[in-house]
Amino acid sequence: MLQIEELRVEVGGKEILKNVNMEVPEGETHILFGPNGSGKTTLMMTIMGFSGYEVTHGKITFKGEDITHQPIHERARLGIGVSFQRPPTINGLKTRNIVEICAMDQPVDVETLADQLDFSEFLDRDVNHNFSGGEIKRSELLQLMAQRPDLTLLDEPESGVDLESILLVGDTINSLLNKGTKYFPRGRTHKTDRVKSALVITHTGHILDYITADKGQVLYDGVLCCSRNAREILKWIREYGYEECIRCSTN
Amino acid sequence: MLNELDVNPQDFESDAADHCYLDDLSQVDETDAEQFLNVGVDTGADGRGGTFIQKDRSVVHCKSCQDGIEMMSISQAAETHGWLGEYLWKNVSPDTDKFTSRAREKPHEGYFIRALPGAKCEHPLQSCLYISKDHFSQHVHNLVIAEEGSELHIITGCATSPHLVSGLHVGVSEFYIKKGARLTFTMIHDWGEKVFVRPRTVTRVEEGGVIVSNYISLKPVGSLQMFPTTHLMGKDAVARFNSVLVASEGSHLDVGSRVILNAPGARAEIISRGITLGGTIIARGNLIGKVAGVKAHLECKGLILNDGLMQAIPELSGHVPGVEMSHEAAVGKIDQREIEYLMARGLDEDEAVSTIVRGFLNVDIEGLPANLQKRLDKAVSETQKDMM
Repeated sequence: MLQIEELRVEVGGKEILKNVNMEVPEGETHILFGPNGSGKTTLMMTIMGFSGYEVTHGKITFKGEDITHQPIHERARLGIGVSFQRPPTINGLKTRNIVEICAMDQPVDVETLADQLDFSEFLDRDVNHNFSGGEIKRSELLQLMAQRPDLTLLDEPESGVDLESILLVGDTINSLLNKGTKYFPRGRTHKTDRVKSALVITHTGHILDYITADKGQVLYDGVLCCSRNAREILKWIREYGYEECIRCSTN
Repeated sequence: MLNELDVNPQDFESDAADHCYLDDLSQVDETDAEQFLNVGVDTGADGRGGTFIQKDRSVVHCKSCQDGIEMMSISQAAETHGWLGEYLWKNVSPDTDKFTSRAREKPHEGYFIRALPGAKCEHPLQSCLYISKDHFSQHVHNLVIAEEGSELHIITGCATSPHLVSGLHVGVSEFYIKKGARLTFTMIHDWGEKVFVRPRTVTRVEEGGVIVSNYISLKPVGSLQMFPTTHLMGKDAVARFNSVLVASEGSHLDVGSRVILNAPGARAEIISRGITLGGTIIARGNLIGKVAGVKAHLECKGLILNDGLMQAIPELSGHVPGVEMSHEAAVGKIDQREIEYLMARGLDEDEAVSTIVRGFLNVDIEGLPANLQKRLDKAVSETQKDMM
């Protein structure tokens, strides 16, 4: 599904990703760990094609197509969807309308989807305007539910979410990945029941209590330094901290 | 050669041929009717409670279809109501500037709209001030009175005939909103590229009264300068001003609102959104708090999509402790992050920009008839095409 080869990325003239090789096969959910500033968000923004993230070397392939230099919207239309941590406010644009935009001409029942995320009362509010952390999460997930991407990129889905909502967030992610049925969007017609792929950034790892991961990787100082079972990695990080994790991998 | 900013009424002709009165709106010339529609005046009169149309200096139609709502020309009103002098030139002094004095010297009608005490306008009233004679200087004097506990909703459109090259419009408007009354006033302008526009409006609002004023100018205009003033005289009086402005190349818009809060509990909000595509917008806002316990907010936002000048001038004056006033002004280009956020949802760059611009201009305008809202949306989309 997603293949990244020898990726080097600069932000503002500074090299952030130094040589990243990664593969997310169809149907797999990968977890990306890493301390603050390790380059996790840079990797995600580069996969999506945002400006300011300059690929100086390497290649990103999605569904067999080289997307390294494709514009953002073409990547979205190919089937990559992203949930942002701090999305911008768009004044005058209602949440309802951005959800319709996300559906990209596919029929979508916005009300039903919003109901499932307990977000109906926000549909007529401007996109992200004065939303709390948890509200942003639900708004982002609602948009992804309408988009139904084949590869979902989630940036810290548990941050800023209270304990009550984290279950809802987890269930929604599972439903996005076709792994659960509880919040299966009735408002949408499906062409396929294929399980989708995801790359999930997490700093704390809490989200692992709610979703099933196929693999975990640690990004440190712009390099992927460990690749194994996500829960094992989390256990190590929790017990010994990132320093130990790095020491182990560099040895 | 006319300087766009320094316009002299004397340089224009103040006389024009008479146009005959039309009993029925269906008699309105087709080309004119189309121009009227662009500024929200529907000669099909669907869902309108009354209509006033003035072409050059002639009132060509005037009729109210609602009980308790009076609609007539200002000269007819002066004949009908002996007391009109208690209102005329009481809010606006003829000595204000050369335009008001010209309007006093060479009056060309204007509308009189009054809601009797407790009367409520079910459908909006519409008025159209139209210039068809080239190089004509139109001076109208409008008077709106919302008596105690009444509700008025007026849509007023100003336009010129398509072939018109130049002209001047001076509009003196005096609005009186009595105790507990409410006026919703929406003004849409579609002038020509060399038309100069000088509205002079002053409103007085008594206790518990409300004025909501919406101003929309999306089409080219030579120069437009207005700074309507509202005096909130009574306790809990409210003023809300929204303006949506687009300045294409060669257009000069100097538009603002001033609200003077003179009584406790008075509230005011001024919201302005401007886009320049090569023209000039000066967006002013002035809030003056004279007594404690008033609350007011001013918001001026401007986008520069091409060259041009976008100047936001927010002013707040508090004269006593206990006033609560704030402002927010921002001028710039569209945030790249917003464009890319929408692109990540599948829109290409042009679509993303259009969507953001549409949202930017989407000030919530209360009570617009659905077909007018649709026309405005269409006008905004057309504006966007010009931008691309």
